Amino acid sequence: MSIRNLLKIALNALLRNKFRAFLTMLGIIIGVASVIAMLGIGEGSKISIQNQIAGMGLNLVAVVPGSQQRGGIQFGASTMQSLKEDDVNAILSECPAVLAATPEVRGNGQVVYAAENWPTNMFGVNESYLQIRERSVGSGRMFTDREISGAAKVCLLGETVVTNLFGPGQDPVGQIIRFKRIPFIVIGVLAPKGLNTFGQDQDDLILAPYTTVQKRILAITYIQGIYTSAVDSKSTDLAASQIEETLRRHHKIRTSDQDDFTIRNQEDLLSTFDSISNILTVLLGAIAGISLLVGGIGIMNIMYVSVTERTREIGLRMAIGGRGRDILMQFLAESMLLSITGGLIGILLGLVASKIIGSAMSWPMVILPGSEILSFAVCTIIGIFFGWYPAKKASNLDPIDALRYE
Amino acid sequence: MKKLIEIVKLKKDYYVGEVTVHALRGIDMVVNEGEFVAIMGASGSGKSTMLNIIGCLDKPTSGDYILDGTNISELGKNSLAALRNRKLGFVFQTYNLLPRTTALENAELPLLYNNTVKSKERREKAKNALESVGLIDRMFHKPNQLSGGQQQRVAIARSLVNDPVVILADEATGNLDTRTSYEIMALFQELNNKGKTIVFVTHEPDIARCATRNIIFKDGLILRESIVNDRINAQEMLASIPIEED
Repeated sequence: MSIRNLLKIALNALLRNKFRAFLTMLGIIIGVASVIAMLGIGEGSKISIQNQIAGMGLNLVAVVPGSQQRGGIQFGASTMQSLKEDDVNAILSECPAVLAATPEVRGNGQVVYAAENWPTNMFGVNESYLQIRERSVGSGRMFTDREISGAAKVCLLGETVVTNLFGPGQDPVGQIIRFKRIPFIVIGVLAPKGLNTFGQDQDDLILAPYTTVQKRILAITYIQGIYTSAVDSKSTDLAASQIEETLRRHHKIRTSDQDDFTIRNQEDLLSTFDSISNILTVLLGAIAGISLLVGGIGIMNIMYVSVTERTREIGLRMAIGGRGRDILMQFLAESMLLSITGGLIGILLGLVASKIIGSAMSWPMVILPGSEILSFAVCTIIGIFFGWYPAKKASNLDPIDALRYE
Repeated sequence: MKKLIEIVKLKKDYYVGEVTVHALRGIDMVVNEGEFVAIMGASGSGKSTMLNIIGCLDKPTSGDYILDGTNISELGKNSLAALRNRKLGFVFQTYNLLPRTTALENAELPLLYNNTVKSKERREKAKNALESVGLIDRMFHKPNQLSGGQQQRVAIARSLVNDPVVILADEATGNLDTRTSYEIMALFQELNNKGKTIVFVTHEPDIARCATRNIIFKDGLILRESIVNDRINAQEMLASIPIEED
């Protein structure tokens, strides 16, 4: 039988039971759509996390103090007072892979303006901070070198702090706020950045010169961390190793001893989250795959019912010259038409669903290249696999018995 | 006259578990071109088995069956299917039309299994077949929109569409009332007058009298063969039956 006749016969047979054909396809449609949407969600969340991590800072490499150890007792991460202002200068002058660096000291407390107050963190940094953490000044200005060396009582506010201290339309620039009873002149407001992936408000902060925070708020001489920017995204590992070498030399650490600091770069964080979202993708994909399998079994079920119900039709087709092979091909063609049509609709639906979910979650929805082709291939295979047994059963019928079947 | 069907010492046994059923126990018969043969007999006489074998749906246990010069006992399943497709037309008691499919599409069904027929030619032949059974104005009707007699006529059109050497009818009037039965027989007689060879199985003596020759089966053997002398003209019979018979 020619392919055209075969398709015509199969299509006519399916059109005789439009609603049933549709319901059968529905299993495949949902299966394929969910596979595509789930893989899209997995991939989208991965890229979203990658973007967020990249947004934490430009090619960020962070140095935090190591854990303190005294008499064999560990005091936990970042408890050492091992980092100094000089380390920042050393990194800047001796590590060619580092573009910019800022010290960081942190004080938390209540910020007060007029009758309003708000709990927040004050970060003491230098002017490179904006570049490193990819922030920008919304209004006003950043503090200057002179203000840093003079430990000037100036600060920049994050958007959240502004909304909690100032009324609508009130310009904070030039006002005086108090942080831990120390008055600061507001010289600028940071452009808002929103929540990060982990749900932290990145606008709930105050920036001040690190010297000011060190001397006037915390009364310390060490710094609590160093943020640096590598020259480009490929150099973060190189920058990390240069920083380690420089700091070990400056801290006079013998080769046999451990570092008194810890270096973290985005690569570590990225690979951690990548593996998490890969697991997520596999998990979602597997669940969707199961629904596709169930859809395939649905096809098999309906094809079985169809073969039994159409036993006399099969007998007739054989009597008028249909060979076993023609009958087999007809039923295979029917199941493949069901699964492929269902697959195509499912792909479309999956793409639409991905777009909707993507815009609802404000994720970049990524359709894995080839996932449509893969789904399509899977559908074809499902059609053949689950259609084969019922079709074989049909083709093995004896025409005389089939014609008499009641 | 050309022998279309020649059956020589044909036997057919069925094995039901341990028991062997001798359905046909040595049949010799010939059907010539242009004949209209009615096979009669009680249930279990072997007439249906005979028709299945004539229809190439079943193969004899022993003996020869030569259809239009081809000995079918030498053929495999696929060749038999091809033979049915090219040389035979089937009409069944229960019509066996595809539901929810138009008369035209039902009529052209056998040609779908013949690759040498193009789709345009197929449609043309199906129309001609419907024309010859007087249903050309119903070609887009579906079986549930047709009466029993009309459905059987669509089935006859389907059996004619491949221009078979012989039409085989199995109790073709069994599901129809008397008047419609004679309508169908009138159609068969008309086709026979045009030269079609027809073999049909029936257990109604009156219907059998529409044929030119009767063969009566009993216990797997031919009991009697007779030329019909007082042949019924179904068309005349039809005129004598009141239309409003119920």
